[in-house]
Amino acid sequence: MLDTIVSAFALIGRLDGDVLSIAALSLRVSVCAVLCGGLIGVPLGALVAVVRMPGRGAVIAVLNAFMGLPAVVVGLVVYLLLSRSGPLGAAGLLFTPSAMIIAQTILITPLMAALTRQLVEDADRELGEQLRSLRLTATQRARILAFDARFSLAVVVLAAFGRAVSEVGAVLVVGGNIAGHTRTMTTAISLETQKGDLPLALALGFVLIAIVLAVNAAASGLRWHAMRAYG
Amino acid sequence: MSAILPIVLDNLSARLGGRPVLDGLNATLSRPNVTAVIGPNGAGKSVLLRVVDGLVPADGGAVRFGLRPTQSVRRALVFQKPALVRASVARNVGLALIPARLGSSEVRDRVEAALRKVGLADRAGDPAGKLSGGEQQRLALARAAVTEPELLLLDEPTANLDPGATEEIEELVAAMARAGTKVVLVSHNLGQVARIADDVLVLWKGRAVEHGAVDRVLANPRTPEARAYINGELPWTSFAAVS
Repeated sequence: MLDTIVSAFALIGRLDGDVLSIAALSLRVSVCAVLCGGLIGVPLGALVAVVRMPGRGAVIAVLNAFMGLPAVVVGLVVYLLLSRSGPLGAAGLLFTPSAMIIAQTILITPLMAALTRQLVEDADRELGEQLRSLRLTATQRARILAFDARFSLAVVVLAAFGRAVSEVGAVLVVGGNIAGHTRTMTTAISLETQKGDLPLALALGFVLIAIVLAVNAAASGLRWHAMRAYG
Repeated sequence: MSAILPIVLDNLSARLGGRPVLDGLNATLSRPNVTAVIGPNGAGKSVLLRVVDGLVPADGGAVRFGLRPTQSVRRALVFQKPALVRASVARNVGLALIPARLGSSEVRDRVEAALRKVGLADRAGDPAGKLSGGEQQRLALARAAVTEPELLLLDEPTANLDPGATEEIEELVAAMARAGTKVVLVSHNLGQVARIADDVLVLWKGRAVEHGAVDRVLANPRTPEARAYINGELPWTSFAAVS
């Protein structure tokens, strides 16, 4: 086991090309998914927080339930949509990084929307009456409240990134784990473990954990700095 | 006299969480400058401000502003605790101008002028959360003033402030009233009421029990409820005496 760990660190230390390219693809896919999920999920969550409408409770319940969407089921649905006989088959996206981004976006959008809804609703309790008295529309209030909660929203981004970068089911189904094309850290770890190449699997695992830790540390530092500045 | 006067509170009723808070309140506010609304906790003072502002719908009755359509009256409400966004002082003031859809240079000029009025022009770029309690309340007043309201509603704006900060707020409110803004101020501070109000409306259990010139009402309240409140009899004392 010690030999495996030493070999894993050796792979990382000599900047092994396979490790780097797999890590780079994982990062690219997950960062794009978080950006897309944020563009949809944050405004959606903020609007659900401020708009009072019939069925709002059901929308919240669905968002909360979808936070725990099984990755492999999302992968299957996206596979069916993108497969040659599916409604979006003509786009030719199956087994490409784009398909993986779509699957991860679907996976994390409800998570981002549900957490944003909770944060913005908390901000609304504090500021909502004042904003309504300024005659702001629901959309304007949602935007301002999301802005007010922006430092806490960093946690939402972190949670989404963590979910995206660590999931294996969806990217495996829609990406196909094709070497040099759609192989991410999680699918590679799964494959290399099955093949018995434990040093590579472990090296990828260390890189994955290091990335998650680095992103968390950077976001926490940013949040701490911003909270000190704005209170 | 301002075009929004008289402000007629016509048989106003309102509920909060199913509980009646205003119960057929009638009053006519004809005087310009500052009207103080006083009364014990739970009398409906804050809800009255919210109904007049349009924030809380009335269950019954109406608020009329002279001959003006209600929606055309520029109103601003300042709360006891200034609700500020985690942003700069200037940005907090600018929020009030979003519905007006003004150009950025006009917004900048008006925000600057409003901050000058309250003595915060040199803090425009600072985070609002870094201001002291008194400065935050002045910022809330600047945010209200930037819309050039015809009616300024103040809900215990100095409740959490020290005497120095209270005096600054009172001076600003008096200046706005002198400049033509009708001010309705909710306060438990009878000294403050005597200093800046022209007339006083006394509420009791959701109804207006007395309304008159400040000197007369504070010195010689005519109703037992107003007398009890002004003389410092707490509601539970009266209740205990009755029961």
